[in-house]
Amino acid sequence: MTNVLLRYTNLVLVTLFILSLLSFILAYLFPGEAVENLTGLRLNELTAMQNSALTYAADDNIFVQYWHYIGELFAGNWGVSFSSGLPLYEDVGHYLPASIELSAYALFLSFFIGLPLGFIAALRHHKLTDYSLLSVSLLGYSIPVFWLALLLILVFSLQLGWFPLSGRISLLFEIPSITDFIIIDILLSDSIDKQAALISALRHLILPTLSIAVVTTTLILRITRRSVIETLNSEFILAAYARGLTPRQVLMRHGIRNALIPILPLLAMQFPTLLTNAMIVESIFSWPGIGNWLIQAIYQQDYPAIRAGMLAVSVLVVIFTMSIDLTIRLTDPRRRRAERATT
Amino acid sequence: MPQPSLYQEEHHPSPLQYTWMEFKKNHIAVAGFFCFTFFLIITIFCPLLAPFDPNMQQIGDLLIPPSWYPNGGISHLFGTDALGRDLLSRIIYGCRMTFGISILLVIVAMLLGVGLGALAGMSKGFRSSFINHTLDSIQAIPTLLIAIIIIAILGPGLVNSMWAIALSLIPQFVHQTRDFIRRELSKEYIMAAKLDGASKRHIFIHSILPNMGEMLVVQATLALSVSILDISALGFLKLGAQAPSSELGAMLLEGIEVAYIAPWTIAVPGGTLFVMIISINLVGDGLRSALRNRLLH
Repeated sequence: MTNVLLRYTNLVLVTLFILSLLSFILAYLFPGEAVENLTGLRLNELTAMQNSALTYAADDNIFVQYWHYIGELFAGNWGVSFSSGLPLYEDVGHYLPASIELSAYALFLSFFIGLPLGFIAALRHHKLTDYSLLSVSLLGYSIPVFWLALLLILVFSLQLGWFPLSGRISLLFEIPSITDFIIIDILLSDSIDKQAALISALRHLILPTLSIAVVTTTLILRITRRSVIETLNSEFILAAYARGLTPRQVLMRHGIRNALIPILPLLAMQFPTLLTNAMIVESIFSWPGIGNWLIQAIYQQDYPAIRAGMLAVSVLVVIFTMSIDLTIRLTDPRRRRAERATT
Repeated sequence: MPQPSLYQEEHHPSPLQYTWMEFKKNHIAVAGFFCFTFFLIITIFCPLLAPFDPNMQQIGDLLIPPSWYPNGGISHLFGTDALGRDLLSRIIYGCRMTFGISILLVIVAMLLGVGLGALAGMSKGFRSSFINHTLDSIQAIPTLLIAIIIIAILGPGLVNSMWAIALSLIPQFVHQTRDFIRRELSKEYIMAAKLDGASKRHIFIHSILPNMGEMLVVQATLALSVSILDISALGFLKLGAQAPSSELGAMLLEGIEVAYIAPWTIAVPGGTLFVMIISINLVGDGLRSALRNRLLH
């Protein structure tokens, strides 16, 4: 247990070190002066404030520079954006929650629909229900997410006018940002009409969430189906039948738990795909999330912003996947045994 | 049924024939296969098939609806876009861009991935674990992020986005190759080859590589659909292929401006992408289940 925990902490630390190093090197690889890319300040502004510690460190050798860079990262001085001049640390802290919120809702929705459907398809293996669910999932799995988002906008926003086209909430509402998760912020604030604000926020959420969730749902459906089928074909299920349990009891007591375990790591592998889709959808719906922000940064050649955004997103991904991996390692006895056998 | 058997002699189909027989049983997969071949033919012979030059602008023929509209014409089967360019020709050339480049990328990624995977699978200790960890971290970063970084360094463009996609496709090939080699290495025919005194290189080239083909084809179909999605998504975000190019994602982006009055300018390129990816996924799924069923026999 402690051994596994230690190994994972070690792995996370090494990965984070590599990522920070990468983001530092990027400042040298991007066009322009490295100092500009690291601070976000132009050279003439920098010479104006010569007493800044970072400008002094820029003359030292590269290891000293990196050491200072890490110090500044932890202090929350991520530099400022070229285009807006705002501090990047606050910007990322403002945009990242919006992305997390959107992806989390999409993920929940996909679990809610995908898991039961996957189970149904697996229990009706090689029957009409299975085939029709599989064909529908193939359609959802193949649809380009940006095309789907455009079609949804065309039909539901422009033709029918049911849902708003873009943004996070109607501009009439002034929500004070406390946590930057819009739903929580609305519930926390007390100056406005909460119900109207919530409805507006939910109406803005529906289309982006749906466009991300379609692909994720079909992925979950297919993964669940395969896992359940494989579990139901294994020998301990046969043994359970031999002991005289009804199919329902077998599924409840032995099937579900064992089928759910292999789903999680496969899903963790799909997390980058989910994030890519979320970034594309954000930019279509002008959702003020990190993906949209990064893509805008590319258009404006805002190198400090790209560096900071890349670091934030990849750290998020690494921590998320590692923690899922760790949970599986700690909860699944089969994995532990396999590990012991190899060492 | 085939010809009646006059002789007692038994006919054993080769593994490849067996796969094809299993594959043929799944009619939808066969339909997908024909669709795939159709796109392949378009990709190869597109200059012969396209009725117009994809970038020729006909000033008199702006936004002509496709032929299934009441006021559409037969000369432009899919209509024209806001600059008077024939959509059918652009789609045909777009297939060449999107589909052809994706195939190219998958082949490059496959060669590199199998090479690295072989290195990781055949070696032990530090070298193997170094390759594994590096690739795991690359795989954890979303493709779009890799693309954004590479494009920030090199500038936007089709070639630069191709680098990004190839880089993100490689890890899965490495993983599959490595796992496959690990599995095979513990089998008895490898042991026999070892006892015969075969070197590592010899074992890989003569014993393992011939068995890897099927796994690679299945993996390649998966990678192909991912690569098409990525390349068109980057084109759509103005990070990949740039405006006058007829890459399908870039075409979709151009269509947005007139989407409300001319919905076909986004329906047709998107639909083409959709059909393309469906056909690839159908072939991939069909192949995978055919291989699985063959092993069950």
